[in-house]
Amino acid sequence: MPDKPDRNAIEVRGVSKIFGTGDSQVAALDDVSVSIRENEFFTLLGPSGCGKTTLLRLIAGFDFPTDGQILLHGDDIALLPPYKRPVNTVFQSYALFPHMTVGQNIAFGLEMLGKPKAEIAARVAAMLKLVKMEALRDRRTSQISGGQQQRVALARALAPQPKVLLLDEPLSALDYKLRKEMQIELKRLQHETGITFIFVTHDQEEALTMSDRIAVMSSGKILQVGSPRDIYDRPAERFVADFIGESNFLEAAVVASANGRATVRLASGTELAAALPEGFQPKDRVTVVVRPEQARLVREGGAASGVLENVVYFGTDTHFHVHLDAGGPFIVRQQNTRSGDAGYAPGDRVGVAIGEDAAQVLKD
Amino acid sequence: MARPRFEVRAQTGFTVMAVLTFGLLYLPIMTLVVYAFNDNDSIAIWKGFSLRWFRSAWNNQLVVEASIRSFQIAAAAAVLATVAATMAALATTRVTRPYRGLTFKYAFINQPLMVPEIVTAVALLIFFSRIKMWTGYTGLGYLIVAHTAFCIPFAYLPIRARLESMDLSLETAAADLYATPWNTFRRVTLPLLWPGILAGLMLAFVISLDDVVITEFVKSGGQDTLPTYMLGQFRRIVTPEINAISTVFLLLSIAIVTIFFFVSRKRA
Repeated sequence: MPDKPDRNAIEVRGVSKIFGTGDSQVAALDDVSVSIRENEFFTLLGPSGCGKTTLLRLIAGFDFPTDGQILLHGDDIALLPPYKRPVNTVFQSYALFPHMTVGQNIAFGLEMLGKPKAEIAARVAAMLKLVKMEALRDRRTSQISGGQQQRVALARALAPQPKVLLLDEPLSALDYKLRKEMQIELKRLQHETGITFIFVTHDQEEALTMSDRIAVMSSGKILQVGSPRDIYDRPAERFVADFIGESNFLEAAVVASANGRATVRLASGTELAAALPEGFQPKDRVTVVVRPEQARLVREGGAASGVLENVVYFGTDTHFHVHLDAGGPFIVRQQNTRSGDAGYAPGDRVGVAIGEDAAQVLKD
Repeated sequence: MARPRFEVRAQTGFTVMAVLTFGLLYLPIMTLVVYAFNDNDSIAIWKGFSLRWFRSAWNNQLVVEASIRSFQIAAAAAVLATVAATMAALATTRVTRPYRGLTFKYAFINQPLMVPEIVTAVALLIFFSRIKMWTGYTGLGYLIVAHTAFCIPFAYLPIRARLESMDLSLETAAADLYATPWNTFRRVTLPLLWPGILAGLMLAFVISLDDVVITEFVKSGGQDTLPTYMLGQFRRIVTPEINAISTVFLLLSIAIVTIFFFVSRKRA
């Protein structure tokens, strides 16, 4: 093996999952490879149907890959049944056992592992403390709130001290405020337990705020893996740039490229420095992405010019919708100050200034 | 609570319909019960209140034997049918997605509901008489097997309904928490399935207790159950003893249903 196997908690190698037979075959995962490091908060992010949940189910053992390997600390577990994998799951629906109390739910995994009674009692107590639910040990799971059920589901999955914890959109059923709370709570739990978390979500904000690294998925493939900052600032593909945050796309001609950077000429004739995706050699025409907050509105000059069409006030910032002379929309987002806006009004002729190192070349 | 827009009680003829339906359902039964206390040899002419027919039934060796036999058969058949039905229900609901042949399986399991009982009865008569000839065995086994067979769909339906309404992810969660398939069944599926199994057991028991046609054809000499004994009585002189037996039968059924109601309510 080229890399040290003990540094990766999970290694997915060339995994495909095909559902159905004959003409109705659907590839939910198409030759996916990804490595998830020890003690990492790793997020699988993508729209519904992108294959993120399928990948999670393959790691949990609820489904088996059509092709490829899944290594846990170097051992192939792809064909092991779920009860033989040191991996636990927090389900989207929580899936708490309704005929058991909170304490019995948390003890279940430990009992199945045949742990001694005293150890089980101690771990259940520790888990209840960890998720701040000590008072509710003897309650039925139907007698507690959604947020509390979420905590019990977490405690139950963490109690057997799995090598990897899988979380399948666990926050999607909670209301906004509780979701924010649980995001912080989850980060804390991951930090305190030191367990590798694999988190599935379609919520880009959740992914950006919680993850150490994110894998963006679409149509059964992983498009890009990187830190939240990488994914946001250096999207490699149009889908990634579009799915995460707001983006302006500009067509450009490549003037020169070397060492991961390129000089491109926009339709307006302005030349601009842009970063290249890793290992990417651009052809003569490319698409460049600029985030709305990386651009500024100016009265004169700028990398491109156009007509201001709309001004939308958002409290913390204002969005300016510009129609470029070269065609296409461009959104500029500017932080608001108490002294008011700069007096831009729809119909004004404006320029769009693009900051240093703001432009990123896309692969497609 | 929002008021439902369709109010069934406001429909024309509701009261007439309701009175008529309940009258037809319960008047005959009430008449039967009342005449069980008739101090007369006739089942139609009232003479006075008496418990003599209950006494008479209690002292009638044939009635007692038939009752015991009925309960033995019903208990054995209900248990066997419920075990088979539970397995069938698990096999037909715990599939990842519907496959060709699943509908056929449903139909196959529910076959006793669709094939006319008299056909099954004749078929069993011929089939079992062969086996009786070969083996020489003439015990209650034939009746138990026959009752088990036609009780399976009645036990199957409530169990399947319960399984279908159960969250599949609970079993997935158990497997995720290191429970082997057997432990998953024992610790998660079975406790949650219990009300369905009880309902199936009760239903099978009552259906078996009640059967006339198949029992009449399959039974060997001296194997009368309570219903076939009563049918036999009608061929001779009918006394209110029949009413008394029916009344006890009725009370027993009510008791079973009531017990089940409370047991299942506590579980749910």
